[in-house]
Amino acid sequence: MSSSTQSILLAGVGGQGILRASDILSLALMEAGFDAKKSEVHGMAQRGGCVTSHVRYGTKVYSPIAKKRDINILLSFEIMETLRYLDYLKPGGRVILNVAEIYPPAVNLGEARYPSDVIAMVKNHVNNVKIVNASELADKAGNSRTANIVLLGALSSLVTEINADCWERVLRSSFPKKVVKANLAAFELGRNP
Amino acid sequence: MKALMSGNEAIARGAYEYGVTFASAYPGTPSTEITEEFSKYDGVYAEWSPNEKVALEVSIGAAIAGTKSMAVMKHVGVNVAADPLFTVSYTGTNGGLVIITADDPSLHSSQNEQDNRNYARFAKIPMIEPADSQEAKEYIKLAFQISETFDTPVFLRSTTRVSHSKSVVNLDEPSPRKDTTEIRHNRDKYVMVPAKARLRRVEVEKRMEKLKEFAETFPENRIELNNTDVGIITAGMCYNYAKDAFPDYSYLKLGMVNPLPVKLIREFAAKVKKLYVVEELDPFIEDQVRALGIDVVGKEIFPYTNEFDPGVIEASMTGGSPDTAVELPIPIPIRPPNLCPGCPHRGLFYVLGKMNAFVSGDIGCYTLSFMKPLEGIDSCVCMGASIGMAHGMSKALGKKGKGKVIAVIGDSTFIHSGITPLLNTVYNRSDVVTVICDNRTTAMTGMQEHPATGSTLQGQATKALDFVSLGKALGVESVHVVNPLDLEATRGVMKEELAKEGPSLVISQSPCALLRSKTIDEIVPLTVDPHVCTGCKVCLRLGCPAISWKRFEDLGDLKIEKKTKKQDGIAVIDASLCNGCTVCAQVCKFDSIREVQ
Ligand SMILES: Cc1ncc(C[n+]2csc(CCOP(=O)(O)OP(=O)(O)O)c2C)c(N)n1
Repeated sequence: MSSSTQSILLAGVGGQGILRASDILSLALMEAGFDAKKSEVHGMAQRGGCVTSHVRYGTKVYSPIAKKRDINILLSFEIMETLRYLDYLKPGGRVILNVAEIYPPAVNLGEARYPSDVIAMVKNHVNNVKIVNASELADKAGNSRTANIVLLGALSSLVTEINADCWERVLRSSFPKKVVKANLAAFELGRNP
Repeated sequence: MKALMSGNEAIARGAYEYGVTFASAYPGTPSTEITEEFSKYDGVYAEWSPNEKVALEVSIGAAIAGTKSMAVMKHVGVNVAADPLFTVSYTGTNGGLVIITADDPSLHSSQNEQDNRNYARFAKIPMIEPADSQEAKEYIKLAFQISETFDTPVFLRSTTRVSHSKSVVNLDEPSPRKDTTEIRHNRDKYVMVPAKARLRRVEVEKRMEKLKEFAETFPENRIELNNTDVGIITAGMCYNYAKDAFPDYSYLKLGMVNPLPVKLIREFAAKVKKLYVVEELDPFIEDQVRALGIDVVGKEIFPYTNEFDPGVIEASMTGGSPDTAVELPIPIPIRPPNLCPGCPHRGLFYVLGKMNAFVSGDIGCYTLSFMKPLEGIDSCVCMGASIGMAHGMSKALGKKGKGKVIAVIGDSTFIHSGITPLLNTVYNRSDVVTVICDNRTTAMTGMQEHPATGSTLQGQATKALDFVSLGKALGVESVHVVNPLDLEATRGVMKEELAKEGPSLVISQSPCALLRSKTIDEIVPLTVDPHVCTGCKVCLRLGCPAISWKRFEDLGDLKIEKKTKKQDGIAVIDASLCNGCTVCAQVCKFDSIREVQ
């Protein structure tokens, strides 16, 4: 087993900016000198469906997707989605959980209930859980659409192989000029809340 | 220079570096971005053709004229292009022709899971298969080299996982371009009448013999000798999965999957104690290895269906179970993709769902309306099938089917393969009402232009197909345009047309919600007046992601008087998702849905 390869799983709902966040993460890993691969899983039309993105890095990465029980960090953009991917987590793996709730169709229709005590359930299975309120911090950063970058910032504090300069360079090159500032602020608020 | 690229971006880049100047394609996941990315490079021509058959024929013509050209499609697109495919194998290609097939193991966004390696054998066309983005960039060049050397079309096969994964790629400078085009007459080679085709047929076999020799020394077919207790023959992305799971075993990594290097396979088999073939979908390599009389383990342990990952391979080879689900105390509601808020398809299918008819469906975003609560489509087979199937059903049912059979088809899909079956409803006269769900774009695959949008892939203004004139020219006498965001008008037109004798055509026309949000200056979202809502839930039957149900106990401080004894909550519209299409306001009998002030 290629034990040197590290795996991060980003999970959430279509439209939350997961693919953008995982692109930036992968670029930063490449800039930091790693072999990096990433791969998404999303169904047709994406809109409103589950979206996951695997990001893997090391000296030599083969598969762009991790097997179950091989994820070091699960970055979950939506409360309930966290549950769907717990079985991907390595023993001792960590979870970053955004407190956003997005109702699936069955809940909107009143046919199913949105699970109420997810965070407790997650904590039951995982020792190391970090809770983030990304939309609140995004508003604080001055742009409500930077919640994904807040979460990337939160993740960055666990991915110690990439230094702050490297992050900043990649973030600056990833956005049009007029939103760079808000995204840098969002990242910082996620990293050092 | 290094870049992080998807397999699709890398194929486009490789083609550009090699001096390819021509691409024709029809969109289809996971192939679409190859053509989109390629079209952005300087000095290239790229087009969306109306369908894959046309795309391949366009590229064949360009290749015979002397360009390096590529035809790009998803796996099922090759079915549409199969007719020219099998005969261009005979004619050869002159300028270099590569057909890119992007397969979709696991059916992430397809109607089937066919393994297009079979086409390579069937049509006697060589096929190469990259395993990551760096290889994708190099293999497209190799594909053209093989095409040019052997005067043959060449397949490059990708899969969703290769096309859509990103990995590190080393960029090279593009090689200088030369104009090699001219008109060359060669009727012996390009006029495939029986007398000529019989001769070319022999050439095809000779070519395959040469290619078999070539495969033996093709550097991308390589043996990696390590622990020889176990040897694994594999190709494409499966190589990466297997290496991830078993880095210490020996490998025969095949860059070319048709034809196979027989001697190399024998040599490898002789060096290892136990031999496995690791391949997704069909036992394509395995069957051929077995036919050599070599003992091999394959589909008796590996699944036939779905894509693999390192865990699937590990579990199959060690006899373990990949199923390591975490036990949770509650079921997690599924989260299927849904029509967007404001999608014009929603209004149409809300109306059609109440027509008590069989709605013969097709492929596109509108197919999503088959789900609850709309349940607006009764069938979906392949692009274009809706109209032919409806016609057949209407004929078979006779009087019983009068006014009860509707065909629905997207604008791009209609152009792709709906025109001839519509003609058939006229020629063989049935009572089918055909509805074109005209949202002015190819939405499902990411908003591509098509012949009715008035713009080309490379952004040139062009003549836009007029569906009304086309319908009339085909002989449809009753042709109507209706706005599906106007429920009453849509219901009226549908009822009238279903009552009529003979075929009719309804063009349900309103731009895709994603286009609408770009073109409309100001979107005025709607809101539910909580004090007027009676909790009847009719608006929920639209399945709009912006509308949700809130029980009284979840409303916090908001105090609401019950309108009926049974009422236990109200509908709520999320203004940040609503794009003001007003369909929900039209279905609300109590006038509780209004514009946000
Ligand atoms: C032969 C074939 N080619 C391509 C596809 C991929 N594909 C599925 S639907 C579709 C077009 C959808 O566009 P349209 O008919 O305009 O409907 P919309 O999604 O806009 O509602 C395409 C290209 C396919 N399924 N089959």
